[in-house]
Amino acid sequence: MPQTVGVSVARYRPEQEAEPVFQEYEVPFRKDWVVLDALNYIKDRLDGSLSFRWSCRMGVCGSCGMMVNGEPKLTCAAFLSDQGDGPIRVEPLRFFPVIRDLVVDITDFMKKLKKVKPWIVRETERPVAEGEHLQTPDQLDAYKQFSMCINCLLCYSACPIYGLEPSFVGPAAIALAQRYNMDSRDQGARERLEILSHKDGMWECTFVGECTKACPKHVDPAGAIQQYKLTSAAHWFKTLLPLGDR
Amino acid sequence: MSAGAHYTPYHPKWYRKRVSVWWWLESGSYTGFVLRELSAVAVAFFAVMLIAQIRALAGGPAAYARFTATLASPAVLVLSVIAFLFVLFHAVTWFNLAPTAMVVRVRGKRVPDAAISGSNYAAWVVLSAVVAFLMLRS
Repeated sequence: MPQTVGVSVARYRPEQEAEPVFQEYEVPFRKDWVVLDALNYIKDRLDGSLSFRWSCRMGVCGSCGMMVNGEPKLTCAAFLSDQGDGPIRVEPLRFFPVIRDLVVDITDFMKKLKKVKPWIVRETERPVAEGEHLQTPDQLDAYKQFSMCINCLLCYSACPIYGLEPSFVGPAAIALAQRYNMDSRDQGARERLEILSHKDGMWECTFVGECTKACPKHVDPAGAIQQYKLTSAAHWFKTLLPLGDR
Repeated sequence: MSAGAHYTPYHPKWYRKRVSVWWWLESGSYTGFVLRELSAVAVAFFAVMLIAQIRALAGGPAAYARFTATLASPAVLVLSVIAFLFVLFHAVTWFNLAPTAMVVRVRGKRVPDAAISGSNYAAWVVLSAVVAFLMLRS
């Protein structure tokens, strides 16, 4: 086993360069190290000026998403030993504006997320005295998969549609809308359907399917969007019927 | 946080990379996706051919003979073979994607993906057999 491995990191220092350049580092090659460990080694021992986001180191916080050898990955879950012979190429998440080095601006996603009302919408709030909203295991099962999203944005970097049409609401936000639509406690499906039926909503998706492959939490955003399209089409069809839903 | 905090939606120093026109050649799955989208043209081609065939049939035996002669020309044959390969690709890729788009629940449990794509393939085989039977009967 080699003692060290090369890591080629995209550096962007707006005060220094007009576009990112790659900088090579040599880090110890350890079987139990992930790409994030290598970046922390660089930051601690080799070059304190390197900027990147991370927090939990265990695939929960969704902060450390980057492009590793061209694929969107959580760097805390990407083992050095799985990345080939090296040098390992580490770049900021694709399709997002780069603020510095490996740090991207995610304001666009935060706005879109809020737009789809990712919370339980009730027509009338139930008084606290009436107790909690109960759910059966089957009702929980209907949306649980979509609720696993950690907003890491790997799906946005995997989606060529988002790259080409930045106004597209995008995989995670639509999957999260679906997470609340499928929740038996929620009554906001109609509002979300209005929001996501417009031009930049679900119909922008052409089912490339890469978001689902990139998702580290097996949320299956592509599935959520296609299932949402079926619901939307069925709703539209009902509006055509004489006594249909309007 | 101070009440006067101001965030700029666009910062000229942020680096934004344009997506290359050749993005669909960057990975095999992107190329597969674009080919799958393009395969719709082949499906349309066969639909148009079918309409033309019905029109020729309505025009009498002479018109139909002319039509079949056109179909037998090398150019149309080559085009048909290419279109057929695209239609096969179209069918297979969409059948494989069907379980993602269709979630069927029986007694609260999700029907396995293999059963959903499998039933699509089964329907394909049965319908093809029916068509083959009708074609080869005479």
